[in-house]
Amino acid sequence: MAVLKVSVVSADQELWSGEASQLIARTTEGEIGILPGHEPLLAILAKGQVRVTATDGAEITANADNGFLSVENNTVTVVASSAELV
Amino acid sequence: MGAQLRVYRQKISSAKTTKKITRAMELISASRIQKAKQRVAASGPYSRAVTRAVSAVATFSNVDHVLTTEPETVDRAAVVIFSSDRGLAGAFNTNVLREAGELGARLEGEGKEVVYYLVGRKAAAYFAFRKRDAEQIWTGGTDSPAFEIAKEIGDAVVNKFLQPASEGGVDEIHIVYNRLVSMLLQVPEVVRLLPLEIVEGVEAPEESEILPLYEFEPEVDKVLDALLPVYIESRIFNAMLQSAAAKHAATQKAMKSASDNADKLINDYTRLANNARQSEITQQISEIVGGADALSSAK
Repeated sequence: MAVLKVSVVSADQELWSGEASQLIARTTEGEIGILPGHEPLLAILAKGQVRVTATDGAEITANADNGFLSVENNTVTVVASSAELV
Repeated sequence: MGAQLRVYRQKISSAKTTKKITRAMELISASRIQKAKQRVAASGPYSRAVTRAVSAVATFSNVDHVLTTEPETVDRAAVVIFSSDRGLAGAFNTNVLREAGELGARLEGEGKEVVYYLVGRKAAAYFAFRKRDAEQIWTGGTDSPAFEIAKEIGDAVVNKFLQPASEGGVDEIHIVYNRLVSMLLQVPEVVRLLPLEIVEGVEAPEESEILPLYEFEPEVDKVLDALLPVYIESRIFNAMLQSAAAKHAATQKAMKSASDNADKLINDYTRLANNARQSEITQQISEIVGGADALSSAK
């Protein structure tokens, strides 16, 4: 099965990167879930949590503020000027 | 002790104290540059991601947005100059200010009015001494740049960019900073941030890569509006980090050559001092011998 290559980066460092089966983020329009095979997307994130389910089942949660989400070719990048893992 | 010998000894001790200082500064920057380089590397993923998103947007060019369109007439251009707070870094500040001067002259030659934004005490002092005006100045903290400052600078220039030219807004944003090529080489670099030029040094996506057609959420205009300041901030932050790393490298190099020079001076003056001491002794001996001769022949 295809997996998502996720990286969560803030302005001064890469917080987390790895393979995941699912990602849920809150955009300005509402919550969005990304599964492998999602179409290319560029979305603005609202202040809130980004939840990543890693392929090994672990759940990674990060607080992101002032950022955006880009999806292309099963590569997901969550970019926020300030973000931290919970 | 003869006068000459004393002068030489004074010069030796002064060179020695100077060498202690320059050696210490060399070691300090050597340790700081590692950290500065790590920060540049750590900010890489962010600026790569932002640049990639922006270039994706730019290729999606059937949208009309200030970010992607070239203005028809450019009346005013903003130039952000990244210098350092402290000197003793060789030609570091001179280079970046000369490059900025050339850019300013070129823009003025094209009939544009140039608005300067200065970062670092050295650029501020340079402008103050020449009584040239700067729109806004940020000093302090160039050694380890904070993202907040980059955000502040970004906000200032983006606001200026979004203002219409008739109200004092700018149509172009350029940045001038020192890029760290290697420990021995720092190159002043001029980049036009806006309107967008995707052609850039390190972070350009490969040409063969096909950029995907994006879905935007909420709307394309809003995404672009949100992306614009983020992009500018990330580029400015990157320039600040590069400039900080380059400054440490330049300081290390300048202080190393200063220490080497002090070594050479100490060596030279020690030789001269030895000579002076020896000739003093020789003179004393010949005086004693001469005196003894005179006494014995006077008998």
